Amino acid sequence: MKAKVLSAWEKVEIARNSKRKTSLDYIEEIFDNFIELHGDRAFKDDKAIVCGLGKIENQNYTIIAEQKGRTTKENIERNFGMPNPESYRKAIRFMKQAEKFNRPVITFIDTKGAYPGIGAEERGQGEAIAKSMFEMAKLKVPVIAIVIGEGSSGGALAIGVANKVFMLGNAIYSILSPEGYSSILWKDSSRYKEAAEKMKLTAKDLYELKVIEKIIKEPEGEDEEVFKTIANKLKKEIKTAISQMKKMSKEEICEERYQKFRNIK
Amino acid sequence: MIVDKIKKREIPQNNKNSKIDIPVGKWIKCEKCKEILYKEKVRENLNICPNCGNYFRMHINRRLELIIDEGTYKKFDINVETTNPLELEDYPKKLKSLREKTKLEEAVACGTGKIKGEDVVICIMDSGFLMGSMGVVVGEKITYAIEQAIERKLPLIIFSVSGGARMQEGIISLMQMAKTTAALTKLDEAGLLYISVLTDPTYGGVTASFASLGDIILAEPKAMIGFAGQRVIKQTIGEELPEGFQTAEFLLEHGFIDKIVERKNLKDTIYDLILLHK
Repeated sequence: MKAKVLSAWEKVEIARNSKRKTSLDYIEEIFDNFIELHGDRAFKDDKAIVCGLGKIENQNYTIIAEQKGRTTKENIERNFGMPNPESYRKAIRFMKQAEKFNRPVITFIDTKGAYPGIGAEERGQGEAIAKSMFEMAKLKVPVIAIVIGEGSSGGALAIGVANKVFMLGNAIYSILSPEGYSSILWKDSSRYKEAAEKMKLTAKDLYELKVIEKIIKEPEGEDEEVFKTIANKLKKEIKTAISQMKKMSKEEICEERYQKFRNIK
Repeated sequence: MIVDKIKKREIPQNNKNSKIDIPVGKWIKCEKCKEILYKEKVRENLNICPNCGNYFRMHINRRLELIIDEGTYKKFDINVETTNPLELEDYPKKLKSLREKTKLEEAVACGTGKIKGEDVVICIMDSGFLMGSMGVVVGEKITYAIEQAIERKLPLIIFSVSGGARMQEGIISLMQMAKTTAALTKLDEAGLLYISVLTDPTYGGVTASFASLGDIILAEPKAMIGFAGQRVIKQTIGEELPEGFQTAEFLLEHGFIDKIVERKNLKDTIYDLILLHK
């Protein structure tokens, strides 16, 4: 059966669907012994980003993931997956530990963007995102980022400075939402569907633009079997990529990441 | 009556709501106190309103005059063109007409120069060019400037003014945040000084990348600086914003900038800071 070709806007809707699997669903499926660890050691534990440790076979990993809620209650706790600065500072803490203990870092991206609030500005949202990218760019361990749903704006890129960026077939990754784009560029927020088509936000577009390295295709359907198929593919891709990068020196790993972003034009 | 005529003649329609220094004509209106001012007077006053003290945004050339020793600026010899990644039909045309109108190549100028005899690499952004937004050209030029600072072992000074990442170049603009930031990690490892100067306004992807990563972060008084724009925040939280929110003074109070420096003292302060790192 030939798969239906989805428009960019249809992908936006799929990526945002509240029934779509979240980072924790993938983490629990892919990693053994996942332990979540909390807090930025300065202000609070912001729950829009989950950090922790896990294993695939004999390899330990540091996991940093943007997490939308799976229920309304959880969504409120997690601020609908929109991080405050403390989330990024927690992420930085775990990036540094990953380097100390020589563990690869796997990040999961799924956010509408960093939270635009008074408190977020008071506590330096811009600085937190900048510093997260800065620390990530310096890491001497392999980093893989996986866009599983919505990857929107600096709030997504903050944990996206990776050697390899993977993207699920129906995920999106963009400078901001199509609604925001049409509102800013055309002063007309009702043209969001048209914006989605223009913005080159699908996995295929981003692969062609060399922003991502791999597309993890999603079979049609929403049942558990489909989810397990995707999670298994992801697990296999993580293992392959990490075993390749483990042959590189620390400096080579860092330089590869630098060149990846240096060459995006 | 005369005021009306001046308004009609000197203030182009599309600049009605901006504080941009109008490039033609002899008169300028201060958007803050609404006074019509003689341009030369404003210029003599460091592009500050003589009536109310409002800081006008500045053309790159004027900023260079105020910061860099006369005749010492050498712009880097690099040619970068946007790849127009979203293949927007009218975008290259728009850039072309902006270049003619503003006499700028792009939203940033980068090169070397001297500050009271001290060699520096300097980058200056300009809000007159698509609101100082960062696309490929801005990202490439700033990254090149950082790499040159490393190669020449010079301090790096960046004057930011920007609405953020450039919408017209989509995801490729966003990636310039990572590119410039990654370059700064190398400058950091080389032990070189980076002074980031925030001017009105500095927002979005520029605040969330190189502008916030200075060893020293200075700002001009009352400059508006933030990540999210005020309209977006208001829409999200459904509340009015507190007085002075996102001003340089607000950022200083919350610990995100080192010092607010008046325009007349910026050159001396930067010079002193360079000497204190020697």
